Amino acid sequence: MESGTLIRADRPLDLEAVPERRPRRWPFSPWHFFLIPLALMMLMPLVWSVVTSLETASEAQRFPPVLIPKALHFSNYVDAWNSLPFGHFFLNSFLYSLATVAGNLLFCSLAAYAFARLRFIGSNLLFVLLLVTLMVPFQVVLIPTFLIVRHLGLVDSVGGLIVPNLCGVFGIFLLRQFFQSLPVELEEAARIDGASRLGVFFKIVLPLSAPVLATLAIIQFMWSWNDFLWPLIIITTPEHSPLQLGLSMFQGSHVTNWNLLMAGTVMSQIPMLAVFLFAQRWFIQSIAYTGIKQ
Amino acid sequence: MADVSFQDVTKEFPGATVAVDRLTLDIPDGEFMILVGPSGCGKTTALRLVAGLETATSGTITIAGKNVTHLSPRDRDIAMVFQNYALYPHMTVYRNLAFGLRQRKTARAEVDRRVTEVSAMLGLDELLARRPAQLSGGQRQRVAMGRALVREPKAFLLDEPLSNLDAKLRVQMRAELKRLHQQLNITTIYVTHDQVEAMTLGDRLAVMSAGKLQQVGTPQDVYERPTNVFVAHFIGSPPMNLLRATVAEGGRAQAGDLSVDLPQVPAGPCIVGIRPDSLSLREADDSRPALDFDIEVVEPLGGELLAHGLVNGHLASPDTREETPLLAGDSESRAEITAKLDGRLRLKAGERVRLAVHPGEVYAFDAATGDALR
Repeated sequence: MESGTLIRADRPLDLEAVPERRPRRWPFSPWHFFLIPLALMMLMPLVWSVVTSLETASEAQRFPPVLIPKALHFSNYVDAWNSLPFGHFFLNSFLYSLATVAGNLLFCSLAAYAFARLRFIGSNLLFVLLLVTLMVPFQVVLIPTFLIVRHLGLVDSVGGLIVPNLCGVFGIFLLRQFFQSLPVELEEAARIDGASRLGVFFKIVLPLSAPVLATLAIIQFMWSWNDFLWPLIIITTPEHSPLQLGLSMFQGSHVTNWNLLMAGTVMSQIPMLAVFLFAQRWFIQSIAYTGIKQ
Repeated sequence: MADVSFQDVTKEFPGATVAVDRLTLDIPDGEFMILVGPSGCGKTTALRLVAGLETATSGTITIAGKNVTHLSPRDRDIAMVFQNYALYPHMTVYRNLAFGLRQRKTARAEVDRRVTEVSAMLGLDELLARRPAQLSGGQRQRVAMGRALVREPKAFLLDEPLSNLDAKLRVQMRAELKRLHQQLNITTIYVTHDQVEAMTLGDRLAVMSAGKLQQVGTPQDVYERPTNVFVAHFIGSPPMNLLRATVAEGGRAQAGDLSVDLPQVPAGPCIVGIRPDSLSLREADDSRPALDFDIEVVEPLGGELLAHGLVNGHLASPDTREETPLLAGDSESRAEITAKLDGRLRLKAGERVRLAVHPGEVYAFDAATGDALR
């Protein structure tokens, strides 16, 4: 019973009447006055691009933009698909994204485990040096990276997209922090049980790290899927282009087919949405770590 | 099954912290050895040295006569139960139990046989499909024990395995541990700071303080004949009362009001120790040495009662690390001591009574080194 509720001895206690637990509230909080307009602002470009993808070329060119077109031209999607080798674009993007996700999961986790658990001379210095490279913008290392990739003979190939992105400092950092939070006794117990260092890593540490591995996979997938600058530098033929680079082919030097470009863009985002919806499960699913009593 | 032996083992951590200081200890085959001491005394480090989770800075550790000092944990054939159990949260109880056997490439049928056997012994049969998160504290503790048992190791290492259980379950598991050891007779090293566990479980105790081994012996031996003031104070609950005393020529010791003959003790300053249960109310015709006791707090325990109060005299510190324990106590001329008395007495705070002690139950320790003098 809430404090402050009086029970009077001269009246029978009406149990039904007692719980007026909370005063009636507005169905929204004052924050919504601020958040709803902000959400609309964020949604606007998305709505605009979806609407544009369904307009005629002339409607798409107009300013101020036509937000309610006269008719919905779903044929734009078919036209966009047929006017460029979208099959190739999708395949290249999938290859690029999946390979970099796999590479990052394997190499970043190995490096992160070494930084989190192995004691070796200069480990802290090495880790700090790695972190420092996070501060260096990609544009600074773009040319040296290009020269290395050219030396490897990977210019204008999907391999040239993948190789420099197989392991990233961000992934190492993210996983190291997580590994350090795992109870070390689990690993010690496994070592006493007869597991080798790598055995401990693959059988104990990685299975317990599923949520953070999923997080890294999604971040890396989004990053590779939406990457434009590196493909622009390294890829020259449409057959090897990933989606984001391929879409730029709708942009001519004089004319841009905005409706087709937007149709292509909307299509390109569908796998991203699917991955995100699928992976949400991982974000939300809480893994119970109660084998260790804290 | 095997004996475990420490020969002059030292473990130093970076920053010159000496966790274990020249430890020499032989644990014969099948013995239940308790490492006991206050937190930070090096008992857990000593255990981890046997497990191979730490490497000794110097000295040798042997298991079954084999030098294992530099072997990795998996090559030592020992099993360990951790304080927090360290059950693999992503595996079922069955897989937790089977993990060690699978790592050692044991045949599937044999794994199954041993897991079934151990789970029956510990009453885990119904829980094999569950995960650690779905178990109670006591069940987790059993699984942790089972994981150690199933491997049939040369030695068991237990690091405060009962400390996370509630009081009732702890008593129950304590008895179960003892029964298991009697049944299996595997060399066991058990680390605890709980002296009830130490006294009840162990064949022998090794009392440690500040990385150094203070005394090894059977629980009764350590309780009755402590080698120094630290062991005397640490073993026994409530702890031994320690008072500064001066011994005159001829062996008459004076500690505040208390005057007692200690013939073997040389003249000069010393520490006298009296266990709370050695004190009793002085009878009218009592000729035993006695002292005035002003009761401050009475704690009835049923059959007996604990009385805390003040006597004339100075407290002495049990800390042998300090050079002059005699002078390390407070400078008050009143000392707080505890007496364990008959529970039928009706004593009240504020009352003054006269307590007597048998001279044979008074311990004496060197004022400078803390070593026992008789």
